[in-house]
Amino acid sequence: MSDTHAQTVAFVRHTEIPPAPPPAGQAGAVKWMRENLFSGPFNTVMTLLGVYIIYSLIVGIFPWIANSVWGVDNIRACREVTQGNGGACFAVIEQRWQQLLFGFEYPSTEYWRPTTAFVLLFVAVAPVLFLNLPRALLIFTGIYPFLAYWLIWGGIILIPITAALGFIVGYFAFKRLEHNSFAIGLFGAVAAAVLTWWLTDFLIQPATRGVLFGTDPDGMLRGLLYQPEVASRNMGGFMLNMILGTVCVSLSLPIGIALALGRQSHMPIIKWICVIFIEFIRGVPLITLLFVANVVLAYFFPPETTIDLILRVIIMITMFSSAYIAEVIRGGLAALPRGQYEAADSLGLDYAQATRLIIMPQALKISIPGSVNVAVGLFKDTTLVSVISMFDLVGMIRGPILSSTDWAGVYWELWAFAAALFFVVCYGISQYSQWLERKLQTGHR
Amino acid sequence: MTIATDPPKASFRLSMLINATRYRSYTFQAIALLALIVVFSILGNNLAQNLAAAGLNISYEFLGDPAGYDINQQPIPYNSQDTHMRASVVGALNTLIVAFLACLTATVFGVIAGVLRLSNNWIISKLMSLYVEIFRNIPVLIWLIIIFTVTANVFAPIAEFRLPRDGSDPERTLIFGVMAFTNQGVFIPKLVFGDNGALVIYTFLASILGVFGLRRYARNKLFNEGKTVPVLLPALAILIVPTVLMYFVLGRPVGVDLPEMGRFRFEGGLQLRTSFIALWFALSIYTGAFIAENVRAGILAISKGQSEAAAALGLRSGRIMNLVILPQALRVIIPPLISQYLNITKNSSLAIAVGYMDLTGTLGGITLNQTGRAIESVLLLMLFYLTFSLTISALMNVYNNSIKLKER
Amino acid sequence: MNDTAAMKVSDEVAIDIQAMNKWYGTFHVLRDIDLTVYRGERIVICGPSGSGKSTLIRCINALEEHQQGSITVDGTLLSSDLKNIDTIRSEVGMCFQHFNLFPHLTILENCTLAPIWVRKTPKKEAEATAMHFLEKVKIPDQALKYPGQLSGGQQQRVAIARSLCMKPRIMLFDEPTSALDPEMIKEVLDTMIELAEEGMTMLCVTHEMGFARQVANRVIFMDAGQIVEQNEPEEFFNNPKSERTQLFLSQILGH
Repeated sequence: MSDTHAQTVAFVRHTEIPPAPPPAGQAGAVKWMRENLFSGPFNTVMTLLGVYIIYSLIVGIFPWIANSVWGVDNIRACREVTQGNGGACFAVIEQRWQQLLFGFEYPSTEYWRPTTAFVLLFVAVAPVLFLNLPRALLIFTGIYPFLAYWLIWGGIILIPITAALGFIVGYFAFKRLEHNSFAIGLFGAVAAAVLTWWLTDFLIQPATRGVLFGTDPDGMLRGLLYQPEVASRNMGGFMLNMILGTVCVSLSLPIGIALALGRQSHMPIIKWICVIFIEFIRGVPLITLLFVANVVLAYFFPPETTIDLILRVIIMITMFSSAYIAEVIRGGLAALPRGQYEAADSLGLDYAQATRLIIMPQALKISIPGSVNVAVGLFKDTTLVSVISMFDLVGMIRGPILSSTDWAGVYWELWAFAAALFFVVCYGISQYSQWLERKLQTGHR
Repeated sequence: MTIATDPPKASFRLSMLINATRYRSYTFQAIALLALIVVFSILGNNLAQNLAAAGLNISYEFLGDPAGYDINQQPIPYNSQDTHMRASVVGALNTLIVAFLACLTATVFGVIAGVLRLSNNWIISKLMSLYVEIFRNIPVLIWLIIIFTVTANVFAPIAEFRLPRDGSDPERTLIFGVMAFTNQGVFIPKLVFGDNGALVIYTFLASILGVFGLRRYARNKLFNEGKTVPVLLPALAILIVPTVLMYFVLGRPVGVDLPEMGRFRFEGGLQLRTSFIALWFALSIYTGAFIAENVRAGILAISKGQSEAAAALGLRSGRIMNLVILPQALRVIIPPLISQYLNITKNSSLAIAVGYMDLTGTLGGITLNQTGRAIESVLLLMLFYLTFSLTISALMNVYNNSIKLKER
Repeated sequence: MNDTAAMKVSDEVAIDIQAMNKWYGTFHVLRDIDLTVYRGERIVICGPSGSGKSTLIRCINALEEHQQGSITVDGTLLSSDLKNIDTIRSEVGMCFQHFNLFPHLTILENCTLAPIWVRKTPKKEAEATAMHFLEKVKIPDQALKYPGQLSGGQQQRVAIARSLCMKPRIMLFDEPTSALDPEMIKEVLDTMIELAEEGMTMLCVTHEMGFARQVANRVIFMDAGQIVEQNEPEEFFNNPKSERTQLFLSQILGH
């Protein structure tokens, strides 16, 4: 028997203590406020300061919105109505919202086309973003680029059809040949696609168009086979930012993946090409690359060819974006445990199969938050094209609208509108990214 | 008895070029190199043909020609007769000045916002979240233009500072007699250095070293004898007293050139143009939001167990932050912080949108347009930013390697 | 029964917990805890996860706050007064499940940090004390290495030495061996047994029942935030009185 104290030995509880509510003043709103807002002199001062800031913001902004003026034609009429009361002149947005969204010269009868393309964008992107939707929707995602091009730029439907045909033929060729080796599959696919385009080129020449549609292309077959063309230089407004953003991000994904793999490769020449490209692009501001697109790139194309400004801008922004995506994916590849590479090798998979089936899916999953960050940053950076005189949303506001006699001087309302548009899109994308991160983390438990 | 022999070498066959891994990598690289050479020759050929057709060539001689335009914000003397080279140097200096200042203020904004976002005070942390989310999700160009438009429209025109003809007081006067906020910029006093003015500066720098020496002395006293020495007040004294003494002893060698209202405009003093102020403020407050996130992530990355262990040992929260949390958090915070600084430098090229004459505005803007030397100018422009970025990245790699936590 | 458990325990009260209740928000995590710990006692606390055992010992050195009841450590009442908390924390040492060594400091610096900055001990003296305790836990040659360079068992022993450098009179252990590989558990338990044999007052949350049998004066079983049963080790393991204790022991000792 040990010399333990008599009072401490051999205790058994037979009845359970039920849970009781916490004492008042120890929980609830008062305690919360005491602890969080007023817990010390410094905190109290900060709380009062914070409340004052919120109050001044509300007092400043609310009357401006409450007294806002709609339905007038120009700023002088606006001022008459508000009579110096400091109301917002939202009439400018009411009058000019089409220009702000679609640009100065996009024909207004055709506004339904980019709008449809925008709505379909969500449908096309949904199976990529939300993994529990049926995989059959991915077919629409594959069709979407061609459909959207035809909707926005117009032209006869044979153009996107032949383009798509080339890709389809190439894909089947790849499937047939990849058993021999990945490289042969790739070359075969490219050769088949180019062959298809060369063979079907005659279909989209103007002569054929005359044969197929007669002399009245705007006639009965319009809408199904032909949409009026819109030149690239007539694109503008927020639509231009969206087009640049989606096209450049989508194109830069495969290029970024290739660059990341190349940078990791053991072959010195491939590695150094990728390193030099990535470090060069990341070291210079986007504006200089846009200068290249504007004035320098044309020198490198064959003489007598003219390439659309928007195409040159797309090329440079895609290069820019792919360098940053490459770095994000390189981080994803590095975060993958070494054991995955070893397991793939031990199963006898060659480089292409291991990369395609095992390494890339996991690395891409890890890189999603970083890639979404790059995408959001790129979308914001598309506003820089206003500096090289393209009329995106910022260019429209600074250019035609603010310098018109009707609306000179209305700046708060327009910039608030632009800021709100960008905020909605960017915040939405970053919320999606946070949601995805949370979902993937629980998946990794 | 075994005789060690070399394994038999397979005889070389042509198909091994594709199939055997060693030869395959050579083949790929050879193909890649070939493709690269072909692409570059096509591009170079196009370039040569296009240049010939336009009657141009590639040369940098234009840098020696007179520029013929004025630059409104000049850190070093410049006039329109100076060369394009000098104009570019002025532009580069403007870029570095605004980038440096923006990095400083962005860090201040970012650290304050990041730390406050972690505070228990619900109102403050929500306000800071609002700041971060609003500024991160709107393009910096829009912020720049908004801030520029506000400062150009909200501040008073210079006319209101002029003395009216009838001798009555002007509508507005300088703040404390030294500063004026106008819609063309902010006028502040300029420091004018007399003969011994540099000595005052050296004294100030020496007193900064003195503060570090004081801290080291206090630390050694604690380690060796266990006594704490007050540091804050003596440090302030060291910073202020010697410099002020020096200033008076030398007969006030540093003067102040105050802006004064002349007939039509301010004379004397230093004018910080609206474009400069707008660019500085926009870059700081925009990048500050990103830095706030980095700071917050860095502090959160340190596991709670570290502060619990330090608290269990009896350390108070100030010491815990200084000795345990911050050293570890800084390792996580500093690399993304440096890349934000590089972003500031690259984003400063937006100056061209508000008329601030940085390098993109001089070399990539007016010089390019006037001389038509697009390729040379853009190349030089990109080279400047590239050199700057690569240098800072290299320095950061050195720093990272030196503070890496040692592991097995 | 071996000599360790038969040692006379003094009459001096080291820790006195009376009617202590704690809530996380509205969740009643510790219910009506009454516990008196005498100087020199070794107490093992066991129970299923979520029973509140870690929370209980974390309340003792004020890492967690309690809302009702009183905790008195070495005569000092645990309140929100910072001076009381400081006094208590310098008398009570704690070892964590995940060691929580400071990775940016060497082993020696880990051990001398608190004595220098809290007790204002001169550096030479603090280093001598640190080396003494590092020898005690049998890793003096690692003094200039960094925590990342040590194995799990070595890190936990350093954590014990780090707490001992503040010369505490009570040691708290929060599942000290749960994060270790099996072959390293013995070296840590041996260190703890040595401490016990020198008369240190110990509260230990652990699943190591062999350790409990060898060293403990009392074993306490907690479930759903309350103390369900406490007894001497032999009685506790061979003759558990409550059903919940029996269920728990059958799960733990069964394999």
